[in-house]
Amino acid sequence: MSGRRHRLLKCSGVVLLLLFLVACGSKKTPQNSLSPAGEYARTIDNLIDPVFIVAAVVFVLVEGLALLFVIRYRQRPGPEPVQVHGNTRLEVGWTLVPFLILVTIAVPTIITIFKLADEPPNAVNVTVIGHQWWWEYRYDDLGIVSANELHLPVGRPVQLKLQSVDVIHSYWVPRLNGKTDVVPGRTNHSKLKAERPGTYIGQCTEFCGLSHANMRNRAVAQTPADFDAWVKGQQQAAVAPAANTDAATGMTLFTSKGCTGCHTVQGLSKGAVGPNLTHLYSRSTFAGSMFDLNATELRKWLHDPPGVKPGSKMPNLNLSADEIQKLIAYLETLK
Amino acid sequence: MTITTDPPRTAVAPEDAPPRLLRRPSGYAHGLWGWLTTVDHKKIGIMYGVTAFIFFILGGLEAMLLRIQLGSPESTFLSADTYNQVFTMHGTTMIFLVVMPLSAGLANYLIPLMIGARDVAFPRLNAFGYWVFLVGGLFMYTSFIFGGAPNGGWFGYPPNTLKAFSPGHNIDYWVFGLQILGIASLTGAINLIVTTLNMRAPGMSLFRMPIFVWMSVIAQFLLLFAIPVITVALFLLMFDRQFGANFFNAQAGSDPLLWQHLFWLFGHPEVYILILPAMGVVSEILPVFTRKPLFGYQVMVFSGIAIAFMGWGVWAHHMFVSGIGPVATSAFAASTMLIAVPTGVKIFNWLATMWRGQIRTKVPFLFAVGFVTMFTIGGLSGVTHGVVPADTQQTDTYYVVAHFHYVLFGGSMFGLFAGAYYWYPKLTNKLLNEKLGKLHFWLMLIGFNLTFGPMHLLGLWGMPRRVYTYPSGRGWDFWNLMSTVGSFLIAISILVFIVNMIKTRKAGPAGDDPWDARTLEWTTSSPPPEYNFAVVPLVTARDDLWHRKYTEDEHGRAIPRVTSEEHDADKEADTDDDRVISAAATEGTGTIDATVDGGTDSAKDGEVDEGHDDEDRSDEAVHPVPTAHDLHIHMPSPSYWPLFTAIGLAVVAYGMIYRVWIVAILGGIWILTGIYAWGMEPSAEPEAEGGQHVPVDEPDQPADDDPDAPGPGSPELEPVGS
Repeated sequence: MSGRRHRLLKCSGVVLLLLFLVACGSKKTPQNSLSPAGEYARTIDNLIDPVFIVAAVVFVLVEGLALLFVIRYRQRPGPEPVQVHGNTRLEVGWTLVPFLILVTIAVPTIITIFKLADEPPNAVNVTVIGHQWWWEYRYDDLGIVSANELHLPVGRPVQLKLQSVDVIHSYWVPRLNGKTDVVPGRTNHSKLKAERPGTYIGQCTEFCGLSHANMRNRAVAQTPADFDAWVKGQQQAAVAPAANTDAATGMTLFTSKGCTGCHTVQGLSKGAVGPNLTHLYSRSTFAGSMFDLNATELRKWLHDPPGVKPGSKMPNLNLSADEIQKLIAYLETLK
Repeated sequence: MTITTDPPRTAVAPEDAPPRLLRRPSGYAHGLWGWLTTVDHKKIGIMYGVTAFIFFILGGLEAMLLRIQLGSPESTFLSADTYNQVFTMHGTTMIFLVVMPLSAGLANYLIPLMIGARDVAFPRLNAFGYWVFLVGGLFMYTSFIFGGAPNGGWFGYPPNTLKAFSPGHNIDYWVFGLQILGIASLTGAINLIVTTLNMRAPGMSLFRMPIFVWMSVIAQFLLLFAIPVITVALFLLMFDRQFGANFFNAQAGSDPLLWQHLFWLFGHPEVYILILPAMGVVSEILPVFTRKPLFGYQVMVFSGIAIAFMGWGVWAHHMFVSGIGPVATSAFAASTMLIAVPTGVKIFNWLATMWRGQIRTKVPFLFAVGFVTMFTIGGLSGVTHGVVPADTQQTDTYYVVAHFHYVLFGGSMFGLFAGAYYWYPKLTNKLLNEKLGKLHFWLMLIGFNLTFGPMHLLGLWGMPRRVYTYPSGRGWDFWNLMSTVGSFLIAISILVFIVNMIKTRKAGPAGDDPWDARTLEWTTSSPPPEYNFAVVPLVTARDDLWHRKYTEDEHGRAIPRVTSEEHDADKEADTDDDRVISAAATEGTGTIDATVDGGTDSAKDGEVDEGHDDEDRSDEAVHPVPTAHDLHIHMPSPSYWPLFTAIGLAVVAYGMIYRVWIVAILGGIWILTGIYAWGMEPSAEPEAEGGQHVPVDEPDQPADDDPDAPGPGSPELEPVGS
């Protein structure tokens, strides 16, 4: 008897340990869906926590009984067992009880589904466009086009219109909300809301081809004042660099090497294939948030884009080290 | 089953027969030819098993590559493209080339034996199904040689799999390979359904069928309806890719979600196709090793049927984040939770089967309990997927990878390994070594949990599926490494299994009924003769063999039946008097058994001895007791044509992929030739032409050809020209 209790204790110990691991991982796990940082993610978390507890109870019950029976009813000397063929009352019981448990889970589930589908009032509207393999953001009301890093004011919802230009992607910032697929030919909707300023990371979760793993994104939550300042900065056109600098040569290269065919730099070019670079250096990452934005990473990138990001649509332009240096100098002016 | 009176009426007289391209293999061919031309369901079942096991090794090696790549962040072990090919092939292999054919192999081998039939309804179609499976699998694997394997995931979502985004032939191999494999599944399903419905031994009513037969047949019905759905989807994708159609092309105004609906309308029943046979295996094994009947047989059957029906109403839970709207997601959330009910019932019934048993913790039992405990975990995480808002966090992360591996590996594969250990002595007359078996079990259990347990955490911590790499700093490094370590443990456990099979070659005979089992396959010799049963059994109870061996005392405890006439009184008191009168209970039968396999086990001898004084009291079994006249067993003859015809499918597919139309057309002619020759060839050759007359030492019979003479087991069924 004490042995049995011991085993059950052990089992529940393992479960608690697992739950503990799940709960405490948030500091070192920036993409942790169980450490919500906004209203919608918190709504989901509040829904799933009790479900996990119910599941843990069922887990302990079933696994405990299985272990118990295997040990308790091992073959021992004595007569053959009583041939029990079934028991209608028991079987009806363990049909109905799980059914009732599931109903109690289903009701709040469905309420939450509709709650999360509501369009939030007073939202910042952003169109999110999936590309292989980066994200484009269009703040149509504010006249801003950006990439990979979504800025949002703390405490105010952001309503996302999700579209794709090529294949199916899925937009996800785990600490702010669940994911929503981005399907070409359709417009899906999602929303985000952050409680505190900070950078929340996410990544594409629908397999979208060769560099699916490298299609990452960030949501930068800012105080309303900081957000307004960011908006003002983004609304400016790019300032051409002073003549006779490396940056000026870089700008010339940017045109002559054909970069303008794909990239928009407001006031210089209108390319629409790659990310808008007008305010590149207001971001902290590039190439689908795959690399930190700095000269070293940019150098590797410009040297051979498909080499460092498989399948990249940006071709290897066979730039010399000097050309790369000048281009970086120019890009660094795009703040 | 092809039991014919003599001479077979289907046989075309030699002079009228169209000229044959190839001379038909004669007699019961042995060696390689014997395997290539066989129509014996047991040989075909073994070929399914061996082939699927080889694919299991391949799929496992692919899994190892994936795990090595993910063992550390930013690994460069595999390139992105290779990784995408490998994970696509791992999934496709394990589902279509491992679990499905393993289940098909078991069903093929066991269903006729379990229902007391001598063969399946369509023996040549059965062989065809196997060859098509092999051809389809090999065809898909040749893609590795010819420029790259499929790389769009086992789910193949367009537009990513359209020519615009996947211009190589990789996806073409997947599209054609799966269509070929679909033919294999479909013919197999038709054959097994017809076999089960029509060829049961006298007295084998539906509710006396072993639960494995039930679960397998339910899975075959699911296949029958599910395969056409994915075939339509693949056909449309083929048109998009080969002929520039626009079924899934969003740029042309199509909705790519059409594919997802079609794919998952197949894909979810497919999940139950993969798990139901394993559930059946476990439901056979637990009673044998607990020495108690399955708790709530009827409930187990009906929960299986309920799962099969409800399995058609849950497909969109794979699409909760695809934008189908709150009403649809709510409906599918509810149906998803509902399907957990019959599944839960099964788990409780298995537990109740173990309750107060006398448990022999042999290896098959361990694997069966492994199934119950691991599948429960998969079931619980499955319920959390039904909580749609939570699913929007979980889906397409490693949490899902953990979930379905607990269902398909912890469930299906543990169940199938249980079955492998359990029926191995029936196939080979050798028991697998217990010690090595236990080592295999514990290594696999620990390795499995170490591999897939941490994936729950990884997924909840935000790690997406299908990523060839991940950056460090996400908190994923440690558990990914542990998972990789676990996968090596699994690999070692499989090696132990292989070593066990090799060592077992030297083992002594296991006997016909080494587990003291309950069902008909254990009444015949190990391995069974080609015709399975010298005399088709007459069935009077569920778990017929058990009831031949045991009865219940006044407390309901099992007690051995007394094998002499002393205990007539005892027998009369037996309320559960569904004692068998075997059809073999005629004077000649003992001789037949003895000549056929050189000796029968004691249980059987006893049963034959006392068969005289019992009558079948079942109200359901009104089949006439067959006379010795019917013992003139005439088995279907081997044939080249199933193999020949199957190869043609690959020829067509290569022609289509590389647009060498002449090859495709020749392949079509090849197939038509095969079908024509097959159609012109009788199922069973007349004996004069080398037909296969199994040498049963039978009483002389006048060739009294009453065409309506009932064959044992299936009075109505004529040899089917399959």
